[in-house]
Amino acid sequence: MNFAIKISSSPYHSQASDTAYHFIDAALQKGYGIYRVFFYGDGIYNALRYANPPADEREIVKRWSLLAREFDLDLVVCVSAAQRRGLLSEEENRLLGRRDSDLAEGFRISGLGQWAEAMLEADRVLVFSG
Amino acid sequence: MLHLVKDSPFENTKLVLCIQRAAPGQTILLIEEAVYGAKRGSSVAPAVIKGLGALSICVLAPDLEARGILAEEILTGIRRVNYEEFVDLAANSKRIHTWL
Amino acid sequence: MKKSFLYVIQSTSFDGVRIQEALDEIMTVAAFDQSVSLLFIDDGVYSLKRGQNPEILNLKNVTPIFDALAMYEIQQFFAEDESLKIRGLSSDDLILSVKSICRSEIGELWDKFDVILTG
Repeated sequence: MNFAIKISSSPYHSQASDTAYHFIDAALQKGYGIYRVFFYGDGIYNALRYANPPADEREIVKRWSLLAREFDLDLVVCVSAAQRRGLLSEEENRLLGRRDSDLAEGFRISGLGQWAEAMLEADRVLVFSG
Repeated sequence: MLHLVKDSPFENTKLVLCIQRAAPGQTILLIEEAVYGAKRGSSVAPAVIKGLGALSICVLAPDLEARGILAEEILTGIRRVNYEEFVDLAANSKRIHTWL
Repeated sequence: MKKSFLYVIQSTSFDGVRIQEALDEIMTVAAFDQSVSLLFIDDGVYSLKRGQNPEILNLKNVTPIFDALAMYEIQQFFAEDESLKIRGLSSDDLILSVKSICRSEIGELWDKFDVILTG
C-alpha cells in the first residue's frame, strides 16, 4: 500500500503542512510506502532552504529534509509553481548568474508530470491544502 | 470513501455540506479546525448527530487535545483516531477527498 | 495504466492562482491519456460564470483555458444544482455546458471514479 501525496499549502498559512508531515511520518512508521510527495501551489514554500524560524519553533523545512533522508523519500517541488513564486534550483540560478540553490536538501524540482505519474502508480491519492 | 474536513464549522459550511454530500456508509474525518465540530452542544451538533445515522464520523484526537477538547466533551458516536488510525482510514478508502 | 479522475473545483477564479494551477494539473493528467471529469461545487460554480472581466484587475482570464479543455477530451463537466441555485445562477449563466447534478446524487458520483482530486 503506498500513497501519492500533494501538499499545496504553505507552512504557515494553515495546519495543512503539519498534518501532512505527521500523516507521512505515521504512514512510514507503520511500514506503508510513500510513492512521492508533490509540493504544488503555495506548498513549494515548504522547500525554502533559507527558512529560519525562531529557535523555540519547529523547523518545518528541516524536518522534511530529515524525513527525506531517513526514509529516502521523493519530495518533488513543482517547477512552474516554484518559478512563479521565485524559488529556483541551483541550475536555474546559475542560468541567471547567481550561485546557489533556494531548494532545501532532500527536495528536487520537476514538473506536473511527476504528480500525474505518482497518481497512476500509487494505491491512494491524498491532498493536504489550506 | 473518506472525506476530510478541515475548516471550523463556524467559519464556513463545509462540514454540514459534506454530511449532505456523503453517501451512507462513507466516512468523514474531522481534522485541524474542523474538530470543533465534534463538540457537544454547538449549533452544528444536530447536523452532525443526523450525519452519524448513516455515516461514520471520526475526529483526529491530537487536534482535539491540542485545542483542549476532552474526550467526554465530544458527541457520542464520533470515533477519536490518532495519526496511525488516520493512515489506516486512508489505506482502507479507495477514494479520499479533501473539502477546501 | 488508466484511471478515471474527478477533479473537484471548489473556489472561484479569484482565489489567488488556485484555479489556474488546478487547470494546469487537469491538463497534465488528461495529457497522460487519463479519463478526467470535473465537478464544480460551492463557490467553484462561479469560476464558470459568463462575462467575467479579471483584466480590469490585471488578472488572467481563465475562460479561454476552460474552452481549451475541450481539446483535452475532458469527459464530463458536472455542476451541483444547489450550488448554482443558492448563488442565483442557472446553467444559462455558465460559459460551458454542464451536467447538473443534485446534492442527493453527489454521494453516488464519487464511486464512479478511481481518483478524486482537488486543489
